[in-house]
Amino acid sequence: MSWRSVQLRPWAFLLLGVWLGLLATPAAQGQGGEPRTFAIRGAKVVPVSSTPVENATVVVSRGIITAVGTNVTIPPDAWVIDGKGLIVYPGLIDGFTDVGLAPATPSAPTGDGAPRPQQIVSRGPEDRPATTPWRSAADEVNPGDPRVETWRSAGFTTVIAAPKGGMFPGQAAVLDLGGERAGDLVVKAPVAVPVSFEAPGGFRNFPGSVMGGIAYLRQVWLDTNWDTQADAIYEKNPRGMERPKYDRSDRALTAALGKHAVVLIPGNTSLQIRRALRLIDEWKLNAVLYGAQMGYEVAPEIAAKKLPVLVDLKWPEAVKDGDPEATPSLRALRFRDRAPSSPAALGKAGVKFAFYSGGITTPKDILSAVKRSIDAGLSPEAALRALTLAPAEIFGAAETLGSIENGKIANLIVTDGDLFDKKTKVKMVFVDGRKYEVRETLRPSEPPKGDLTGKWKLTFTTPQGQEEATADLAMLPDGTLTGSVTSDHGTGSVFSGWLSGDKFSFAINISLEGSSSDVVFTGTFEGTSIKGSIQAMGYTFEFSGTKPTRMAEVKAGGAQ
Amino acid sequence: MKLNANILRFLAAFLLATTGLLGAKEKPAGGPAMDAAAPVILIQNATILTVSHGAIEKGDILIKDGKIAALGGSLKAPAGAVVIDATGQFVMPGIIDCHSHIAVDGSVNEGSVSVSSMVNIADVLNSDDISIFRDLAGGVTTANILHGSANSIGGQTIVIKLRWGQPAAKLPFEGALPGIKFALGENPKRSNFRASGAPERYPTTRMGVEETIRSAFTEARDYKKSWDDYNKRAAAGERNIILPRRNLKLDPLVEVLEGKRYVHAHCYREDEILMLLRVAREFGFHVQTFQHVLEGYKVADEIAAAGSGASTFSDWWAYKAEAYEAIPYNAALMTRRGVLVSVNSDDAAEATHLNQEAAKSIRYGGLTRDEALKLVTLNPAIQLGIEKRVGTIDVGKDADLAIYNHDPLSAYAVVEKTLIDGRVYFDRDREQAGRAALETEKKDLLEKARKKQDEEKKEGAKTPEEKKSVEKKPDDNKPEEKKPEGKSKPPQDDAGQGGAL
Repeated sequence: MSWRSVQLRPWAFLLLGVWLGLLATPAAQGQGGEPRTFAIRGAKVVPVSSTPVENATVVVSRGIITAVGTNVTIPPDAWVIDGKGLIVYPGLIDGFTDVGLAPATPSAPTGDGAPRPQQIVSRGPEDRPATTPWRSAADEVNPGDPRVETWRSAGFTTVIAAPKGGMFPGQAAVLDLGGERAGDLVVKAPVAVPVSFEAPGGFRNFPGSVMGGIAYLRQVWLDTNWDTQADAIYEKNPRGMERPKYDRSDRALTAALGKHAVVLIPGNTSLQIRRALRLIDEWKLNAVLYGAQMGYEVAPEIAAKKLPVLVDLKWPEAVKDGDPEATPSLRALRFRDRAPSSPAALGKAGVKFAFYSGGITTPKDILSAVKRSIDAGLSPEAALRALTLAPAEIFGAAETLGSIENGKIANLIVTDGDLFDKKTKVKMVFVDGRKYEVRETLRPSEPPKGDLTGKWKLTFTTPQGQEEATADLAMLPDGTLTGSVTSDHGTGSVFSGWLSGDKFSFAINISLEGSSSDVVFTGTFEGTSIKGSIQAMGYTFEFSGTKPTRMAEVKAGGAQ
Repeated sequence: MKLNANILRFLAAFLLATTGLLGAKEKPAGGPAMDAAAPVILIQNATILTVSHGAIEKGDILIKDGKIAALGGSLKAPAGAVVIDATGQFVMPGIIDCHSHIAVDGSVNEGSVSVSSMVNIADVLNSDDISIFRDLAGGVTTANILHGSANSIGGQTIVIKLRWGQPAAKLPFEGALPGIKFALGENPKRSNFRASGAPERYPTTRMGVEETIRSAFTEARDYKKSWDDYNKRAAAGERNIILPRRNLKLDPLVEVLEGKRYVHAHCYREDEILMLLRVAREFGFHVQTFQHVLEGYKVADEIAAAGSGASTFSDWWAYKAEAYEAIPYNAALMTRRGVLVSVNSDDAAEATHLNQEAAKSIRYGGLTRDEALKLVTLNPAIQLGIEKRVGTIDVGKDADLAIYNHDPLSAYAVVEKTLIDGRVYFDRDREQAGRAALETEKKDLLEKARKKQDEEKKEGAKTPEEKKSVEKKPDDNKPEEKKPEGKSKPPQDDAGQGGAL
C-alpha cells in the first residue's frame, strides 16, 4: 500500500485492528508506515539454489533480497528479526491456479448446471467456441480473493494464475500474493497460454467430443500460423490482394507466443500424456505438460521430449460418498496408489517438474499432498525445488523468483521447522519484502449458544440510505455457518462463518461498485435478534436483524 | 452405428463392459514384450483353415519375424523355437472386423455438425479399452475403427491391429489407407435423436443428406482448386502470394477425391445406396464400402458394378424403420451377385463371436465354408486394402492367427490363442493362470486404501475443526458431487484433462 492511500484512509486501520482478531481479512498487514528493510538473523536459510546455511542472515530492502549469508552486515535501519530456531525458505509457488483472479464471468461455462444465459450454438472451428485467449490474468486480478490470504498463510507467496473455462481460457500471469491494488500483484505477464481439451460438448456445440476438441485446437494453431504469414505478405503489398480476415483469437495467440509464453497442454493418464506428447510435436509448441499423475508409467517418454511438467497435487482418490458397494477397477486402484510416486519417477528420469494445487481448495492440503509424494520416494530437496525454483524456471521468472539470492524479489517464508513436517508452522511470510502476519485458521472457541439457522431480516444504513438484506443461514452443531445473503447488491454465499458463544461472524463476496468485495458481518446473537457491524470496502455500518418467528409471519400475513 | 432396437444389445454390451471394468479382468498377466524381437513359433499338428487354398489337416505353421515363414506338414522346429501343440485344434486367419467402435477415447460421434470430417479417430485411440482384449479373445486381430453415424460426412477412420498392452501409437495397421465415415438415412438426419426444445440440425431429410454431401464436395473441389492454383503460381516463381488457409474439414475430402482415403458409408435402404453411387460418380470418387447395407440384396448388381464392397450384419434387423426389410440372406445373395461382402460387428460384444456370424451365411443362403470364412477374413482385408498382409494363411503374410479348440464355424468353438505379428496376444491358459495374482493385487490395494482412509478418519477425529476450515470459497456450498472431482474417477472415465482447472 502506498503512502498516499494510507493518508487517505487512516481510519481503515483502526477498524481493521478490531476485525483482525476475529476474522481473516485480505490485505491486512504490510501496511504503510512499516519498515522496508528487514534482517532475519541467525536462522537456517534454505536458498534452494544452493545448499542450506545454518546461522545465517537474510537482509531484505525495499522488496529485494540484498544480502544472504553468515557474514552479513545488517543495515542500521533494518528491523531485525531473531531467526534463532527458525528456517527461511523462498516463498512457495503454486504452478497453476486461479487464485488471485476475479471469479469467472457468468458467460464462462461453469459446468454446474446452473441456469445461464443462452449459449450461442457453435457450428465449427470458425465460430471459435470456448476460446478467449485475449483474456489476461493480469487484467483480472482480484486482491480481495479470500484465497490470496489463505494461500499466503500456507506459505505460498506466488501463483501462476490463469483465467478459467473453455479450451483457450486466456493468458496466465505470475502473481505475488500481496498488495492492495490489482497491479501490485502482477510480476510477469503473459507467461503461459493454457489449453484444455474440454469440449463445450454435446450434439449442439462444436466441438462435442475429445476428437473434436483436438481437431479444433489443430485448426486454431494452423490458422494462427497462417495469419502470421498471410498478414506479413498482405501488409507488404495490400493493393490488389484479397484481405486476410481479422481474427481476434489468432492475433492474441500470436502476440502471447511472441512474448515467449509457454503453452500448457493437459495430460494426466498415460494415454493422455502420450497423446499430448504427440500433439505437442505435431503442433511444434513450446509447451509444458500439466496433470502428469500417471507419470510413473511414462516418465522416460516425457524426459525424451525434454518437456517440463506441472504435476497436479490433487491426487486421485475414491469418490467421496460414492456407492460403497462399487468396486473400482484394478487400473483405477493402481492409479490411486501410485500417482504420488509420479514426481519421484519424473525426477529420476530427469524431467523438470513443478507442483500445482489443481483441485485442492484448502491450501494446507497442498503441502500434505507434497508429503505423500515424498513418502513415495521423492527427496524433500526435489519437492522443495518443485515448489520454488522449478516453477520459476518453467515460466521464465527465475531471474527474480524461486530462490533466496541477492537481487531476487524478497518472497520468503519463515517456519519453525522443516517445511514438510506436519507440526511445522509458517511463522512469517514476506511478499515483495513486506511482512505479512500468518493467521491461524480461526475457529469457534466456544460452543455456540443457540442456533442461528433461519432466515434473518437485516437492516442497515449506508451512505445511500436505509437498506435491507436477507441472511439465510444454516448452522452446524459446532457453530459453523453456511448459507447466503441477498440484498439489492446481489446474492453472496456465506464463507468463514461461525457462532462462538453468542458471538458470530460470517462473510460474503459480492460485486460492489464493479469490483468483487468481501463483506464481513460480525456481532452478537440473542434469541430472535442479532446486531453488529458490516464491514465492506473500508466502511463500517451498524446493522440489526430479526428472525421472524412463525407466529410473527402469520401475524404479518394476517395484517395485510 | 446401429442405434435403436439394438439398444438392448448395446445396453447388454455396455453392462458387460462396465462390469468388466469393475471386475478383476485387466490387462493380460503377461502380454508379449513390447520391444523384444518376435519369437520363432511353430504351431504343430493343427487343422489349418487357410481360406485361400482350403484346409490342411495335421498341418504346421512356422512363424519368424512376425510372418508366416513356412506352412505344411511335419515342419521341424528350429532351435529355440516356441512350439505350440495344436493337436485337435483349428487355426484360421485372425478375424478382421470391418466396422468397429472400440478403443475410442470419448464419444465416437462429433455430432454437432453435419460434416465432421475434421475429426480423426486416430487422435483418440484408447489402448486401455478392455474391448480390445475381449475382441482378441474372440479371435479378432484387426479392426476398422469408425466414427459414428451422426453426420452425413463423419470423421476420419483408422484400421488398427489389436495389440493389447501396447500404447495407442502402436495400434494403427501400418500402411493401411485411412478412411472416412459417411452416413445416410435416419441417423444423419437425426430422426430418432431429436431432443425436445433443441434446435434442429440440418439436414432433417434424406434429400438434405444428399445435398450436404454434394455441397461438401463442391466446397472441397473449390478448395483443391485454390491449392492447385497456388502451387502453380508458386512453381512459376510468383512471389508475395498468400497461400490458401488449410481447412481440416476439407483436407480429407480432397484426399477422397484423389483416391487417397476410403469412403465407408453407413446405409440401409436401396434408394440411399443408389443416391450415394450417383453422387460419387458425379464427383469422381469411389465408395470403398457400404456399411450395414441391409437392403444391399436389392441393389447388389449396382454395388458390384461400382466395384464397391458391402459390409453387413448376419441377422440383425427391424430395430428401426429403415432396417425392416433386412434379411439374413443378404450376405449370401450379394456374394452370389458378385459383391465383395464382409460381416462386421459394429458392437463390442458382437465382435467376440464373428466366427459364428460368418457361419450363419452357410445356414442362410448356402455359402461354402471358405466363402463363409472369407466374410470375416479375406474379404474385409480386401475392403480395407490390407489383403497383401492379412486375411489368409499363406507364407509371407503377417502371422495374425486365431487358434480355436473346435471348428470355428461351430457354435462350440472357443479361442485358445490369438497371435498378431507372430506374438501371442491372447492365451486362454495364461489369462486364467494370471487371474489369482490380479485378484490378490486388487484385494491388497483395496485394503491399503481402506487403512489409509481409517487413519485419516482418526486424524480427523482429533482435530475436527481443521476439517471445517474457515477458508471455504464462496461457491463451496454447492453439493459435493458438483465439485471438480476429475481425478477421482477411474482413468478410463477421465476423458478430460489432467487436473483441469
